[in-house]
Amino acid sequence: MNSYGLTDRSYPSKPTDVYLFATCLIDQFTPQAGLDTVKLLEREGIRVHYPEQQTCCGQPAHSSGYPDEARSVALAQLNLFIEPWPVVVPSGSCGGMMRTHYPHLFADDPELHAKAMALADRIYELSEFLVHVVNFNHEDIGEACTIALHTSCHARRQMGVHETSAALLDSLDKVQVKEQARIEECCGFGGTFALLYPDISEAIATDKVASIKNTGASCVVSADCGCLLNISGRSAKQDELSGCKQPSLPGEHLASFLWRRTNGGAA
Amino acid sequence: MNKVVHLHPMDDFKARSKAVLDNAGQRKNFRGAMDFLQAKRRAQFPDQDEMQGLRELGASIRRYSLAHLPRLLEQLEANLTANGVQVHWAQNGPEANAIALKIAQRVDAKRIIKGKSMVSEEVGFNHFMEAAGIEAFESDMGEYIVQLAGEAPSHIIMPAIHKTKQEIAQLFAEEIPGVAYTEDVDALIQIGRRVLRRKFAEADIGLSGVNFTVAETGTLCLVENEGNGRMCTTVPKVHIAITGIEKVVEKLEHVPPLLSLLTRSATGQAVTTYVNMISGPRRPDEKDGPQEVHLILLDNGRTQAYADDELRATLQCIRCGACMNHCPVYARIGGHAYGTTYPGPIGSIISPHMLGLDTTFPLAFASTLCGACSEVCPVKIPITDILVRLRNEAQARPETEEATLRGSGAARTLAASTAWGMWAQVYSKSGLYKLASWFMSRGRALSPSEQGAWTRSRTPLVPASKRLRDLMKDHKS
Repeated sequence: MNSYGLTDRSYPSKPTDVYLFATCLIDQFTPQAGLDTVKLLEREGIRVHYPEQQTCCGQPAHSSGYPDEARSVALAQLNLFIEPWPVVVPSGSCGGMMRTHYPHLFADDPELHAKAMALADRIYELSEFLVHVVNFNHEDIGEACTIALHTSCHARRQMGVHETSAALLDSLDKVQVKEQARIEECCGFGGTFALLYPDISEAIATDKVASIKNTGASCVVSADCGCLLNISGRSAKQDELSGCKQPSLPGEHLASFLWRRTNGGAA
Repeated sequence: MNKVVHLHPMDDFKARSKAVLDNAGQRKNFRGAMDFLQAKRRAQFPDQDEMQGLRELGASIRRYSLAHLPRLLEQLEANLTANGVQVHWAQNGPEANAIALKIAQRVDAKRIIKGKSMVSEEVGFNHFMEAAGIEAFESDMGEYIVQLAGEAPSHIIMPAIHKTKQEIAQLFAEEIPGVAYTEDVDALIQIGRRVLRRKFAEADIGLSGVNFTVAETGTLCLVENEGNGRMCTTVPKVHIAITGIEKVVEKLEHVPPLLSLLTRSATGQAVTTYVNMISGPRRPDEKDGPQEVHLILLDNGRTQAYADDELRATLQCIRCGACMNHCPVYARIGGHAYGTTYPGPIGSIISPHMLGLDTTFPLAFASTLCGACSEVCPVKIPITDILVRLRNEAQARPETEEATLRGSGAARTLAASTAWGMWAQVYSKSGLYKLASWFMSRGRALSPSEQGAWTRSRTPLVPASKRLRDLMKDHKS
């Protein structure tokens, strides 16, 4: 059981169809991670349905003290996943929002609450789904490399899925994962926190970048775009200020990394 | 007018935080101390299942106690009174101080020796007594150091954690007559102990905090490591204990699990050096112990949390400090930056009830909601959920029934609420969202290189040339 009271869940057998909730950050900033998620799932013989009306899980408003605004955005997502298929989310943070907070958001409306509960039950973070439902097992055809894994706090503590990202990387023969100091500590993003308290956020992010770089990792992989934009964005800013032309700590979404390593870079 | 009231607390908090962020020495002190305490706690809980079972038990005991709070407080008062302890009720800090002063004046006290008590910090006890001409002297080594330096505690368990031994050596050499500068920690401790030994003997009153009060036996339970707590509660002829109303448990058998959780979570100890169970003043056949024992039970806003189904969990707290020891924000800015008696995550959720959201709302937002605090809390307080609830309260429209707490609506500004309203419009209507994201994507070359707070520390966010929804149109499965 994690700190949100979610008990260890039981997983279904591999379905024929899933929904993809791709998150607004992936849609706008790192769409390749979304497409690679689709490819990873389709390779397993699963049809991926992407309801085009999807926008955002509503978390930014939810964490900023605007529950009504969060509710109206959440409501728009609640009605998109009609069939009883699993909903795969390539983000532990957005997945955590839908799985742990949607039921609370609609607690006052029995009908919507029931809907939110039913949806929450079908929400799977990508790495969790790949490990527990599709038994991801593919040959690593990439070059030998050393990387670090950052698991988002919500993937770790809300979804309780930090072990599955690590397990996926472990399954790749030529990938060495180095563990950074204080691996379980936040990267300092926190959504609007980074904008409200930039100095504190910067201090935390700076330490995170340093601890990852200290491992000698050539890049950081994460299943959460928010953390990636924060960590690699902080590192890139440091590169810029020090006149370093090559990014010293590029970031890559887990979905893209897995697809690249197991598909030889072919489309 | 709004600006005057609303912006200052945020600016103050940011300025205090920045001062610590820019102080490499303090940053190092806090980081080192947090790493040390995290490791100590981890070593105490090698068995995850045992820990989760004990946390569940501890949380149940605390929830049960709060569910029966009025009855337990009445029972506590009756049994303490039967044991010869005089019970006083204080609605707020000034009332608590006035009660203590009245006792002090009746026994003609000039000197009070203090064991560690955060509640006494909460009510501003020392300053109040000083103003009344009575010395209030801290006897916990950390509190003694902080008092000598004219500061406030920066951590609820380790008050002087922000200080290095060099700073303490300097402080002792400057402030204690006849003391030469030494960085030898054992020597520093001995210097302090010599000063304190004299103070114990001279004191008219001993003041202490309480970790738990036990209703069915009328017992005050107090844990400590230095023996100063036992000295304060047994040497002077009068002992005054002060604590919050929420510290009560029903049965003596409820104490051991909570003690185990407390000491293992706080300092990583299986048990503290001293566990004091105080059940009354000196009896006629006894040769030592105080002649009078008093307990001051303080509300100071706790009933506001108690009255709310969700916020009541705040009062489950047993003051171990594990939440601050694991908080990435506390580790960077330390305790003083919070500007409240109780810092860190627990401080951010308890202080609004004591001081009002109007001055404390910045603290509700001073968290990444990473959940490390909720994860380590030994009595399972859902701290992050409560932080989110307090954010809702801080942003509530003050004139409506949304506002249920003192200072509700303090963070709300027209600009921010309008922006969030527009955000919700765009993201709840897929047509608008598609249009807006299409423009962002097409206009990516025009993305500003300066993006406010984001680009002060990071490279700019640039939208992709094709959104996922565009890529999906071209994608053939």
